[in-house]
Amino acid sequence: MIANEPEKNERQIWMGLLARAAPERLQALLQDLPPHTLLRGPEVGAVMVRGRVGGTGVPFNLGEMTVTRCTVQLADGPAGHAHIQGRDKRHAVRAAVVDALMQTDRAYALRAGVLEPLAAHETATRALRAAKAAATKVEFFTLARGEDA
Amino acid sequence: MYVAVKGGERAIDAAHAWLAEERRGDTAVAELSVAQIREQLSLAVNRVMAEGSLYDPDLAALAIKQARGDLIEAIFLIRAYRTTLPRLGASRPVETADMAVIRRISATFKDLPGGQVLGPTFDYTHRLLDFKLAAEGEVPVAPTAPASLGQVPHVTAILGRDGLIQGEAAGDETPPDLTREPMELPASRPLRLQAITRGDEGFILSMAYSTQRGYGRTHAFVGELRIGAVAVEMDIPELGFAVQIGEVELTECETVNQFKGSKTEPPQFTRGYGLVFGQTERKAIAMSLVDRALRWKELGEDFTGAPAQDEEFVLKHADNIQATGFLEHIKLPHYVDFQAELELVRKLRAEAGATRDAAE
Repeated sequence: MIANEPEKNERQIWMGLLARAAPERLQALLQDLPPHTLLRGPEVGAVMVRGRVGGTGVPFNLGEMTVTRCTVQLADGPAGHAHIQGRDKRHAVRAAVVDALMQTDRAYALRAGVLEPLAAHETATRALRAAKAAATKVEFFTLARGEDA
Repeated sequence: MYVAVKGGERAIDAAHAWLAEERRGDTAVAELSVAQIREQLSLAVNRVMAEGSLYDPDLAALAIKQARGDLIEAIFLIRAYRTTLPRLGASRPVETADMAVIRRISATFKDLPGGQVLGPTFDYTHRLLDFKLAAEGEVPVAPTAPASLGQVPHVTAILGRDGLIQGEAAGDETPPDLTREPMELPASRPLRLQAITRGDEGFILSMAYSTQRGYGRTHAFVGELRIGAVAVEMDIPELGFAVQIGEVELTECETVNQFKGSKTEPPQFTRGYGLVFGQTERKAIAMSLVDRALRWKELGEDFTGAPAQDEEFVLKHADNIQATGFLEHIKLPHYVDFQAELELVRKLRAEAGATRDAAE
């Protein structure tokens, strides 16, 4: 199971997973890229991150983050696209190639060989942080004081 | 008139070469790597990202190294770098309700859904120097406990259910962006929040502190402080749908403030809001106090003349790069300006002397 995000389509889920993955981890899982041409980029830029006033109100501009985007075309195959956090151009190309490959008959193999391990690692990392946070949760207890206890 | 003066190139080159050598320090001591700064001075990295207004931990760490640890200089480097980047778009507003919290505390409710989670905090440490850190030592492993990965509700949402706290007007209009258009006053709340979140931590802290000491008092409680990662999602026009492009760590603070009520509003609590890149809780708390102080007009409160209520004073002096740019420029050559002043003073003195002589 990749992720429990029922409102998203499959492509959104794998593109998000690729964007969040550490570049070296993705590279380790997919060493060699199939023949492809670069349609756009890879290009480094900035995306303005927005928040909401009071967490729920109207949007405001919080600040920018670096993002690299890339669009590739497989030889005799579909185009793939990536918008990834950071400035790693090779990561953006690799993510775009995986996006393209996921639209071919190699999808099944890629899901098992690349996406599932990425998702498993992400889940484990999040679970560990959540478990460390849980250990710092305060358990209040009350001390009875005074005469009328 | 400006008169160009050449020269000093050799001196400048030598100064910069010496700067590079001083930056490195004693070569018998191992050189700091950018990764070490990113991992081990992460709160400095967070401050540089917040005030540089660019989320990129590696770049912020590099800037800190280049600036020899001068954080305002590092922020300057980040601000300069970000102007070279093309703007690829804007994200959807991040959902802080979905934050994967590593810290979440409330000063208003002891028992609340999700509980009080301390996280990796300096609170309750004794602030005694730990000399073990001066020696290489093993790092203790943080304990773990079973966790639920569900959503942690906002405290203000709990108060809001009973109408006890003022709601935030919903909407999706494009917010003003002070990096694109010059800031105009009076500023809307979204514009104020953008200016404050990238403002100097020391300045925002002092402004917030001044409200606590009585200069524009707002009676703030920290309803909730939370730190954690949120997903950043952006609509990609080529695809026709939104995708997550990454994750950022944020600190969010919501204050709950007293409000008597007015002719149109029943008595209810009001809110101040802080949201800052990284683990930056001092800044986030200060931001929410300053946000609330600046809301006096819309809440029908009195202007008491307090600096923290003065929008122009706060917003026009919060940016440390603007401030240091104008401050530090006065050390650069002003030979001609000063020559003119010198001439003037000499002339006035001569005239005053002549008048005195004539009177005698």
